[in-house]
Amino acid sequence: MNWIAVGTLSDVPRRGARCVATPQGKIAVFRTAEDQVFAIEDHCPHKGGPLSQGIVHGAAVTCPLHNWVISLETGKALGADEGAVRTIPVRIEGERLFIALEALASRAA
Amino acid sequence: MTEKLVIIGNGMAPGRMLEHLFEQAPGLYQVTIFNAEPRVNYDRIMLSPVLSGEKAFEEIIIHGDGWYIANGITLYKGHKIVAIDRAAKTVISDHGVTEPYDKLVIATGSVPFIIPVPGHDLPGVLTYRDLDDVQAMLLAAQSRAKAVVIGGGLLGLEAAAGLNSQGMDVTVLHVMPTLMERQLDPAAGYLLQRAVEQRGIKVITKANTQAITGKSKVEQVELADGTIIPATLVVMAVGIRPNATLAKDAGIAVNRGIVVDAGMRSNDPDIYALGECAEVNGQVYGLVAPLYEMARVAASQLAGNEAAAFVHMDTPTKLKVTGIELFSLGDFAEGEDRQEIVLRDAAAGVYKRLVLRDDRIIGTVLYGETADGAWFNDLKKKQTDISEMRDTLIFGQSYQGGASLDPMAAVAALPDDAEICGCNGVCKGKITGAITAKGLTSLDDVRAHTKASASCGSCTGLVEKLMVLTIGDKYNPAAVQPMCGCTTLGHDEVRRLIKAKDLKTIPAVMQELEWTTSCGCAKCRPALNYYLVCDWPDEYADDYQSRFINERVHANIQKDGTYSVVPRMWGGVTNAAELRAIADVVDKFEIPMVKVTGGQRIDMLGIRKEDLPAVWADLGQAGFVSGHAYAKGLRTVKTCVGSDWCRFGTQDSTGFGVRIEKFMWGSWTPAKVKMAVSGCPRNCAEATCKDVGVICVDSGYEIHFAGAAGLDIKGTEVLGLVKTEDDALEHIVALTQMYREQGRYLERIYKWAKRIGIAEIKRQIMDDGEKRKAYFDRFVFSQKFAQVDPWSERVSGKDKHEFRPMASVGFAQAAE
Repeated sequence: MNWIAVGTLSDVPRRGARCVATPQGKIAVFRTAEDQVFAIEDHCPHKGGPLSQGIVHGAAVTCPLHNWVISLETGKALGADEGAVRTIPVRIEGERLFIALEALASRAA
Repeated sequence: MTEKLVIIGNGMAPGRMLEHLFEQAPGLYQVTIFNAEPRVNYDRIMLSPVLSGEKAFEEIIIHGDGWYIANGITLYKGHKIVAIDRAAKTVISDHGVTEPYDKLVIATGSVPFIIPVPGHDLPGVLTYRDLDDVQAMLLAAQSRAKAVVIGGGLLGLEAAAGLNSQGMDVTVLHVMPTLMERQLDPAAGYLLQRAVEQRGIKVITKANTQAITGKSKVEQVELADGTIIPATLVVMAVGIRPNATLAKDAGIAVNRGIVVDAGMRSNDPDIYALGECAEVNGQVYGLVAPLYEMARVAASQLAGNEAAAFVHMDTPTKLKVTGIELFSLGDFAEGEDRQEIVLRDAAAGVYKRLVLRDDRIIGTVLYGETADGAWFNDLKKKQTDISEMRDTLIFGQSYQGGASLDPMAAVAALPDDAEICGCNGVCKGKITGAITAKGLTSLDDVRAHTKASASCGSCTGLVEKLMVLTIGDKYNPAAVQPMCGCTTLGHDEVRRLIKAKDLKTIPAVMQELEWTTSCGCAKCRPALNYYLVCDWPDEYADDYQSRFINERVHANIQKDGTYSVVPRMWGGVTNAAELRAIADVVDKFEIPMVKVTGGQRIDMLGIRKEDLPAVWADLGQAGFVSGHAYAKGLRTVKTCVGSDWCRFGTQDSTGFGVRIEKFMWGSWTPAKVKMAVSGCPRNCAEATCKDVGVICVDSGYEIHFAGAAGLDIKGTEVLGLVKTEDDALEHIVALTQMYREQGRYLERIYKWAKRIGIAEIKRQIMDDGEKRKAYFDRFVFSQKFAQVDPWSERVSGKDKHEFRPMASVGFAQAAE
């Protein structure tokens, strides 16, 4: 896997997210209250809302546009809604965060 | 043949290793130890009780001098090894001793992190690592002066408690929002902070140390926000890192620590490493249990058993501060495949959380009552399927195997003199007696007759159970709509309890009101944040992560993820300079859409998030501030031109509208508030469908409220007629404050008014001058903290991270 450094843990606020711009669109990197880190496509399966802008609770985020709740672990919509976003592998080394970019390239191909 | 075993370091791990080794292979090695500290092996974990005075150094010695003699060990005390010569297979000490080895064990432990702030090398700045540090702290404590401990983790808190019990005035600085965040979730961190503070230790979280200053020794610590804390002693306890320099200089593989295989062997087959300096499978360890496991493995390997291997294990963390019970184990993060069981007992200060996956415990946080920690640890280690005992698991081992719990049975079994309502001292007999004697059937009746549950309300559940027990089905509990799935309490109860119990942070609310999730959800968090902002304007630190995106970035998100920006135009009045500035911004940032809003101002749509601070900077230059078009707060005050221009105008409606807006902007409210002032009953500003409206008449100002022109259409109610503009302002402000204090989050004024009753609102605002004045004063007080232009704050750099991507990656590959 092609691990790309995207920054450090402290770049992402707790219960918040930051974006990583890539040629295939934005990836949202989330950090939970308990310092778990997840990365998913920044694109709600419902109407494409920027999930990185939502409220983070537990290991889920609520989309800012229409309140779909998306699991950060599986990328799937929770509750009655159906849909999923792609999850991107994340690795933490000490303070540093990496995402797997090859997964991106393979989608483009 | 006896081989020569040399050990660098004399801490707990090599000490334990030798015990195992002598047991398994007595006489196999001739052992030499070099100890940089001038003493024998002691129990480093017990340094905290030595610091607090609960133990003497002699009591924490593991191996006395006699043990070394009995085992034929040569111990060089106060000898630091300065080099390893792997070719010659010797080590060299700073005192010039050269010692040959057949096998070498490196156990150099760790070194404390020193934050490289200015002044970190001043006399009086200590770390917390060994007995010398403790003795230096004890010496400093004799002055009974002020100490600052930097670091709110395990070590820092133990140091703080020790110094505190030595009579020092201690402040703990912690850079994260909650204490011990690596071991505790925020709820337990909150309880811990409260307990630490109750001992008289001050705690400052989110504290960013900027400098330590003083002439010839420490005098004060300065934080990034300008806070200055006087101190004669500063203890840095922010963390440790493996001490692997010696190994690295000798060319041994070092990553974070000395890299060893599962047999604790480095890339040099004759050199082993163990303890805090060793890195095995990419992990380094700092707690004693895994270090002792390393010792067992290393001993077996040295004894010739090459199958011995280190296996990762989770170790429970405990805080060694007398009177604070704390236990943390494993993985307690949330996740979809995980479930949690949370028990909160606010009165007893108990918080327990079990994290389960596939009916097995994977993590535990216990606070206040940790007796079952060992049992939970055992269940976790054995991966026991807990589905059978799931309902009572959290109550602990002693509850298992018994009958399942009937909450009614417990209440029924209470004696008549058991106190139910602590606030008003009401016992069970009095409540059941009153219910029977007076034929009470509602909770309000019981409150009125007995005062039970009439103060803080925390006994409401008990009182309701007593009513069911006494009158059965005749009691029909009023169904309270819970705020969200995280609690059974409704908005009103939560608001009441926030005030009654002095709750001033979101974790405090969740703990004291026994939330069933660890960090809430997107429904309750923004509501709680508003309630706390409203109730404690001067004390509560706004939690931006609990705000919706619009309020977090001070702009309105659009369907394509871009934002719209609406500057304030006071009362809808503008001028050529402002319009020119807007036109320039539109050109410069190629803003695709400009639109006049229903609230008499100009909306610029389609702005990229990254551009927002620059757009605001340009608008700010022209004097614009945020229009709060995104806020659950005061939006617009729409006006007509009034007596200045209009031939029908009776008062200066434009001027009054501007005055209201300038007085009230920046205030947060349960839902958005839109106002209007019309200069005559022709009502060109459409004031009679607003949240608050004013119709000017010859005799004064008619104040309207509770209108709606959205999902519902509703004309306003008349609050009353007042004579002067000053009076009108006071009434409007008081009304808004009453709504701010009582409204449920996202409940517009017209819905709140329907719930409270128009008559009651009129009574409090029109008839009760004292109440009105009090509401007015509370609003004015809160405005002191609210009237800060969020745009200019962000232009000056606040929350920079919100507006920039963290990184841009992969574009080069894409170009190929």
